[in-house]
Amino acid sequence: MNGFWLVVGRDLALARRQGGESGLALLFFVLGTVLFPLGIGPETQMLARAGAGLLWIMALLAVLLSLERLFQTDFEDGSLDLLIMAPLAASLTVLAKCLAHWLATGLPMVVTAPLLAIMLAMDPAGLGALTLAMLLATPTLSLIGAIGAALTVGARRGGVLLTLLVLPLYIPVLIFGAGAVEASVAGPGAKGHFMILGALLLMAATLAPPAAAAALRHALE
Amino acid sequence: MDGIVGFLSMGGYWPFVWPAYGAAALGLGGLLALSIRWLRANEAALARLERERPRRSVARSGPAP
Amino acid sequence: MLHRFANPARFLRIARWVVPWSASLGLVSGAAGLYLGLAGSPADYQQGDTVRIMYVHVPAAWMALAAYATMALASAVALIWKHPLADLIAKSTAPIGATFTAIALITGALWGQPTWGTWWVWDARLTSVLILLFLYVGYLALWNAFDDPTRAARAAAVLALVGVVNLPIIKFSVDWWNTLHQPASVLKIGGPTIHPAMLTPLLLMALAFLCYFITLLLLRVRGELAARKLRALQAARAEG
Repeated sequence: MNGFWLVVGRDLALARRQGGESGLALLFFVLGTVLFPLGIGPETQMLARAGAGLLWIMALLAVLLSLERLFQTDFEDGSLDLLIMAPLAASLTVLAKCLAHWLATGLPMVVTAPLLAIMLAMDPAGLGALTLAMLLATPTLSLIGAIGAALTVGARRGGVLLTLLVLPLYIPVLIFGAGAVEASVAGPGAKGHFMILGALLLMAATLAPPAAAAALRHALE
Repeated sequence: MDGIVGFLSMGGYWPFVWPAYGAAALGLGGLLALSIRWLRANEAALARLERERPRRSVARSGPAP
Repeated sequence: MLHRFANPARFLRIARWVVPWSASLGLVSGAAGLYLGLAGSPADYQQGDTVRIMYVHVPAAWMALAAYATMALASAVALIWKHPLADLIAKSTAPIGATFTAIALITGALWGQPTWGTWWVWDARLTSVLILLFLYVGYLALWNAFDDPTRAARAAAVLALVGVVNLPIIKFSVDWWNTLHQPASVLKIGGPTIHPAMLTPLLLMALAFLCYFITLLLLRVRGELAARKLRALQAARAEG
């Protein structure tokens, strides 16, 4: 288990030193969201109606933007070989890298999302649901994204390809994430949504690391 | 004559029925044509290459080192 | 080395035997299905002649799913047993499946306009078929993204299996999303009972589409085998 935390610590240190790579994803999340009122107009009613969906779509895109470098830089400088060959099981290494990725990109977005939601005139009743749903779902985004990132390691035009592969797989998260906010604002509460988001997280946490590890092993062969 | 016109008009729905069949025919036929052309090109290139290069199967069937 | 080539050789023999049969069966059932579907069957009492679009739309949608199942199965075989032929079968399935999916979507739009009054509704089934098309496109793009064919094969196989796990989840979430957003007033296609006069052309067309799929799959795998041999020979010539 020690190796697991070593990988997490290493990736977090790298993220910090590489000029705030993860900060860029957060900036993209904020800037993109700010653009929407400028595009569709500042009427609070429309913003309140569309806000949850906008925030979720921006979160998906921001995570997507940061995924390309999840394995690619390690692949280029050769450290990925060492990480996969290391005594720690490859799927645990992937899990550790996902955790570090989430801490560096997902968590800051979870913290920022309520602020942006207030700017988008979201009903205060939805803020808690939004935060909790994001807390449950952003790790899933990192995990599913890890499969795509592992598959496209060393590919031509990896970034565009990654988008094409990962976005369809993100659809359930988008539906239940945005649905949670809507249900808690207008409907009977979002307990069911949270449970489904939790189930998706558990599934992604068990299935994605082995799949990504298999893809990485094939990439390094 | 009326029968043919009646058939072609599809009860007034011809702008929907015929394009649907046309799209299916175009898609399936197009993919078939492309696949066959690609298969022919590959097999022709392969045959050319094998003619140029005498087969090594005789040498290969000898005792393995 | 021997068993690598023994199987493709046997496959080619089988393919050469199957293709004429599947092609002729497909032509015959397709001709019969077209005749019965376009001329020999009654118009629907509600939908009129637009119901004839069903005879291409429904088989295309069925085959779109069947092709994905074939692709995933072949991918699993390729990953587990490292069977080189299975990779080529999976790769050859994808463009055919994508074509079926596109046909299902286009004919669906052409059917939706006269019956529902709109080209596109965000209906659960339509949405998930659209996503299926994206999965196919992603799979094909992944195959083309690598210079090394074995690397591409492995990555594509993993993606196909991930897609199999995800397809039911996507289907479930889209269904759920749809019931939340749309009043369930959309006209049910066909309904549970379908008149035999309509069922016969439908099944004939489905058989024709299945035969088309088998024939084209075998032809494309033959092409892939030739392409692979071509690459190997060219590499050998470049070395020697």
